[in-house]
Amino acid sequence: MTRTTRTVALSLVLSASLALTACGGGGGFEEEPQASAPASASGPANLRMLIASSGDAETAAVKEATQKWATATGNTVEVTVAGDMAQELAQGFAGGNPPDLFYLDAARFADYAKNGSLFAYADQLPDNGDFYESLRTTFTYEDQQYCVPKDFSTLALQINTDAWEKAGLTDADVPTTWDELAGVAEKLTTDKQTGLGISTGIDRLGAFVVQNGGWWLNDDNSQATGQEQAVVDALSYVQDNVKAGSFKFASQLDSGWGGEAFGTGKAAMTIEGNWIKGAVKNDYPKLKYTVAELPAGAGGKGTLQFTQCWGIASDSEAQAQAVDLVTSLTTVEQQLAFADAFGVMPSRQAATAQYSEKYPEDAPFLAGGEYGRGPINAPGMEQVVADLNSKLENLSGADLPTVLKDYDTNANAALGK
Amino acid sequence: MSTTAAAERTPEVGSARRGPDRSGPRKRSGASQRQTGAGWGFITPALIILGLFLALPILMALWVSVSDWTGRGSPFSSRVGFVGLDNYSALVTEPGLSRQDFMISLRNTFYYVLGVVPLQTILALSLAVIVNQRFLKGRTFFRTAFYFPSVVSSVAISLVFLFLFTGTGAVNQALAWLGIDGPTWFSDPRGLVHLAGDGLGLWQIDAPPAALTGPSVLSLSPWEWIKGPSVALTAIMAQVIWTTAGTFMLMFIAALQDLPGEVEEAAMVDGANRWQRFRNVTIPHLRPTIVLVLTLGLIGTWQVFDQMYVMTQGGPAKTTLTPAYLSYQAAFRQQQWGEGAAMAFILFALIFALTSLQRFVLRDKDAAADKRAARAQRRANKKGALA
Repeated sequence: MTRTTRTVALSLVLSASLALTACGGGGGFEEEPQASAPASASGPANLRMLIASSGDAETAAVKEATQKWATATGNTVEVTVAGDMAQELAQGFAGGNPPDLFYLDAARFADYAKNGSLFAYADQLPDNGDFYESLRTTFTYEDQQYCVPKDFSTLALQINTDAWEKAGLTDADVPTTWDELAGVAEKLTTDKQTGLGISTGIDRLGAFVVQNGGWWLNDDNSQATGQEQAVVDALSYVQDNVKAGSFKFASQLDSGWGGEAFGTGKAAMTIEGNWIKGAVKNDYPKLKYTVAELPAGAGGKGTLQFTQCWGIASDSEAQAQAVDLVTSLTTVEQQLAFADAFGVMPSRQAATAQYSEKYPEDAPFLAGGEYGRGPINAPGMEQVVADLNSKLENLSGADLPTVLKDYDTNANAALGK
Repeated sequence: MSTTAAAERTPEVGSARRGPDRSGPRKRSGASQRQTGAGWGFITPALIILGLFLALPILMALWVSVSDWTGRGSPFSSRVGFVGLDNYSALVTEPGLSRQDFMISLRNTFYYVLGVVPLQTILALSLAVIVNQRFLKGRTFFRTAFYFPSVVSSVAISLVFLFLFTGTGAVNQALAWLGIDGPTWFSDPRGLVHLAGDGLGLWQIDAPPAALTGPSVLSLSPWEWIKGPSVALTAIMAQVIWTTAGTFMLMFIAALQDLPGEVEEAAMVDGANRWQRFRNVTIPHLRPTIVLVLTLGLIGTWQVFDQMYVMTQGGPAKTTLTPAYLSYQAAFRQQQWGEGAAMAFILFALIFALTSLQRFVLRDKDAAADKRAARAQRRANKKGALA
């Protein structure tokens, strides 16, 4: 071989050997979800935790709580705040080196449960039954509950009290039915203000669907039910009011979300969750508002719940310690401490009494824990939901039967996979 | 004639008569051997880095695109199976949501490229011609000012433009001076072609003709295909044209400065006016630079991602969805890693085809004819020498 050829061959061999080191250690993972013995690190464990924080208050509270546990048990916990949670979590799993403990959003849960990334530990907690049942169902895949909810929020109706009084409305006029809501929104609509301003998407419209007794999927997540009359009627109700001008979407009001339209006075009412308390306090401190439960529809009261769980990776080597940490983070006292620090509601029913005593103004949000419904938690549905949301963005011009037919086709294709 | 041609062909006339030398490694002088070794030594680190961080990930992505990897663990583990072209067919041949999203992204980017590449080339050329004038005061200042947007981070510029184009932002206020009621730019999914047709009375944008909305071509109706860039996408196009014109302006300036003054003067003497000089002397001289700018423009615009990620996340109503962003979304958000990787390779093939087509269209036909003649001559000489 000439010197040139030899050198080229050497470089190729070096690159190839580097490639082989890159794919070493890829085999030997279990496919089935681990329902039995958790992996336990011998000696003091160093747990890595990845969270998506809403701000400094949340980060500080989580770090304090984990530090307390760490000192008590002699382990260490390293809390990292994610810039882009979905991406960093995906990176961790793809590299075979995920964090031991992480926030897992209910909308993402099913995909990770399906591909075996999660360790199912919920049945190891002694009082798992104390968590709200709808939240437990949200984190159940194929009849197994994988993780426990850390907190939750629900949607309620926020009303601008100044606009309310200016329109001559009183406490007795707070809407409890759909007709009343439409009437009140119409009364509140002026040239400069819309009656009701909400964000687009099924994360708000879904509340109306639940109130009308419908849902996007059937009970065992095997079939799409978008074309059922309950769903069509719910969306038509909102569409009629949007066409009449008393309901508007945030994008039509030049706002990023419903809370911004509400805070800047472009909408007299909005439908948002617990997070609106912090947003209004920070950005619109002069705004006076009250919170009421969402009106009931033909199917009774209904609202949407948003929640995240403590996810433990099935690739983690210290699962027993992680479960112990989760147990300490989900005690009633700890959940109330988190509620004080960054305004979320505890997911334990035992904590409800204390929480409602301390925060009576949150009663409408808390009530949603009883009749609310979590997000769609079937795997492979994220793309379908994104498509449905994009088609519902311009609700007044949307052809609802076609949109819902497309949704059913896409969802059934995704569920069938 | 054959001997001179043979002499031109190779410096070592003696070995040419003997035929190719296959008796062993060629003996070269020590100095040239050391130079070759040193050359390889200098290149090897760059080769390793390129191989490890460019070539290897591309090969891994190619494997992921033909596998059923779900995002957990190594793609080369034994659990991951080979699925052939399933991911590619889900994007191109099988009717479904993946194909619909991919076609939407291709349509959006097609209009985006159609708008951005010509405009940014023309803007860059105009700026270069203006800045290149010898008698312009403050040339350096203008050069710096026009080039400045290219230097600033695209994320920072995107955020600034996000504020400029809000419903009550600076752009709409400026339009209000002209009496125009500006749209809420980033929330407006209406296509420009639809709006133009609506304005000209060809159709009504809210009630499109059934002939256009009925049939389905590759998961989209013809009405959807001819939509044109949406208002939101137009705002992004304006930003990108403004940002990248500076880089290409520099390339044009360098090429313009290469044009000898005597050629311009000769054209002036021949009686050509300014425009004729520009069209018949300057532009042909700039051909290689124009090819370069168009190629870079095509590659850059088909791969646009930053602006979508920071500003619109594919909305409103998927009208700013591009293949690069969709690939990221499919992989990291929807856990469809195979399809995300397949999209990237389809995009690569598309860009490759387009740039090859563009190079072919803009080739220097005279030089190509010369090369062909020289090759034919060489072949004839070879035949003559062997005979």
